[in-house]
Amino acid sequence: MNEVAMSGSPVQASATRSMTRGSVLVTVRRNIGWVVSAAALCSALAILLAIFWFVLARGLPALKPQLFTTVTSGIAGGLENAILGTLMLVIFAVALVALIGFGTGIWLSSYASPKPRAFVRLLTDVLAGVPSVVVGYFGYILLVKIAGWQFSLAGGGIALMIIMLPYVVRGTDLALEAVPRELREGGFALGATYTTVLMTVSWPYALPGIFTMLLLATGIALGETAPLIYTAGWSNYLPSLHLTHSPVPYLTYVIWTFISQPFAESHALAFAAAALLMMMIVVTNVFARSWLENMARKQRGER
Amino acid sequence: MAIVALSGASQRRSRVAPLDIVLRYGTTATAATTAAIVFLVAAFLVVYAYPALAFNGFGILTHLEWNLGNQYGTGVERHGGFSGAPGASFGAIVFIVGTVVSSAFAMAIATPLAILVAIAMHYQVPRRLKTPVNTLVELMAGVPSVVYGLWGIGVLVPWIANSLGPFFAAHVPMLSFIGSGAASGNGLLATAFILAVMIFPIMAATMRDVLSTFPKIVFEGAIGLGATPWQAVTTMVLPAIRTQMFAAAMLALGRAVGETMAVLMVCGSALNQLPQSVFAPINTIAAVIVSQLDSALTDPTGMAERSLAELALILFAITLSVNLIARLIMRGGDRVKRTV
Repeated sequence: MNEVAMSGSPVQASATRSMTRGSVLVTVRRNIGWVVSAAALCSALAILLAIFWFVLARGLPALKPQLFTTVTSGIAGGLENAILGTLMLVIFAVALVALIGFGTGIWLSSYASPKPRAFVRLLTDVLAGVPSVVVGYFGYILLVKIAGWQFSLAGGGIALMIIMLPYVVRGTDLALEAVPRELREGGFALGATYTTVLMTVSWPYALPGIFTMLLLATGIALGETAPLIYTAGWSNYLPSLHLTHSPVPYLTYVIWTFISQPFAESHALAFAAAALLMMMIVVTNVFARSWLENMARKQRGER
Repeated sequence: MAIVALSGASQRRSRVAPLDIVLRYGTTATAATTAAIVFLVAAFLVVYAYPALAFNGFGILTHLEWNLGNQYGTGVERHGGFSGAPGASFGAIVFIVGTVVSSAFAMAIATPLAILVAIAMHYQVPRRLKTPVNTLVELMAGVPSVVYGLWGIGVLVPWIANSLGPFFAAHVPMLSFIGSGAASGNGLLATAFILAVMIFPIMAATMRDVLSTFPKIVFEGAIGLGATPWQAVTTMVLPAIRTQMFAAAMLALGRAVGETMAVLMVCGSALNQLPQSVFAPINTIAAVIVSQLDSALTDPTGMAERSLAELALILFAITLSVNLIARLIMRGGDRVKRTV
């Protein structure tokens, strides 16, 4: 019953009322639903913590310094190539998605007329629902086969970009839409053009929201596997800076393949990669969300 | 002034700056790229899968067997004007059944849990704990698929193989139809569990958003009429938002259907057999696209690769319809909310 008592006004009031009536049965019947829902929440959080614990307890001890300076070799070795590959793929994808995603978001919120706007928003939602493995196969057909790039940084980066795109478009669009009308009108009243107001008033105001979404999308891209299997390939060597014709190793591949090898070293490497990835994603997510909170509070205060 | 400025169009006429032109046409080009990507994905899947569509016909929906045919023999088998290896048969019924059954199981587990968790998050979590709890649940949605798969291999599958399977075999003989035991732990039950764990955070977060935007007055009104808080939630609030809750569940279903890596790691990768029990190995469309790539590349006729593209196309069509239905419902729900 403690969860219920914690819960604040309405529930607590009803609980106390029935206590005074002295009927335990009534109290139980009235609050059983709340107990069940609180238990559901607690078990959900417990599962999350169990997964974190499982990965970190096995991964952190395996995370030795030499992992960062040696490359994978067959079933063991280090993670240097995979870490660099993941970073290169994600940076490539972020650079592309910043261009296309920000552009589309600005167009949607600032330049589009109603019908094309509704259409592109619908397409963005459709893209958000496309399974990542389908995006991977598309990249395989178009980039790896037809364009002839083979497994490559550009192929994997573009596949990741497509995964990130709907989040960034939506984030930019919503953040710019949320800019208070009075702020923009103030700019116009000072004689600024439409574009000047967009660049000097709306964009800075919306930037925290936009960057939050970009960071969350980066977190998603860091953990993707399926779109890369078909486009980035894998290599035991350090990734080269060639955009095409050179496969790129990445961390999630290590987790996926090394855990099914029958060797303890392979398992240790898979868990080390998973722990590293989880830490990167948690940092990205927590940073994004706390930053958003702070910025939002500051903006509310300023107004 | 405000009207002139806000419309933008008349501004452009009166004062055209170079930056304005660059931004206007530059952003239009990027938006066209975004739109084009969606069409390109669909178009290239169709074009690339076309030989497989012609070769397999409706057989892909009716045949049980996924067989690349004889890779070492001479000659080819021709269907619909395209050739595959002799004896090749590309039937997806095992993968379609696996996808549908595992997603249905997962939804049956995750939906009630997500509703309860959303209620707890909205009504029960104290104000100062709301942000950390919300962050944790959203973080759970951000855990990579392959890490869930790792947990599945390390914890869930051994638990099913060593505890749950033997328990059912020993103590619940009347339920023998669900399986005499779990040989490896990989299979339908593991897939359904892992999918449920993966989709329920996103479902709970969406449902919490629905709850928090719903007018508080309904809850308070019910309390005012003498309902207990739980009655107010279950008899007034939930029925009023049921369409949006359903849409949230549909969006999560879209995720479950397209989920690849975690499923691939725990499903048992069944080929050519339908599951006979909840412990039996299965396969899903998404998982088979990845797990069959290596063998498909060995097919000199290329028909296996084309058939995988056809599977990707089928998966695209399924997720597209699920998501569009969810969107339509959500929009209908918005209309309902406006009239409240």
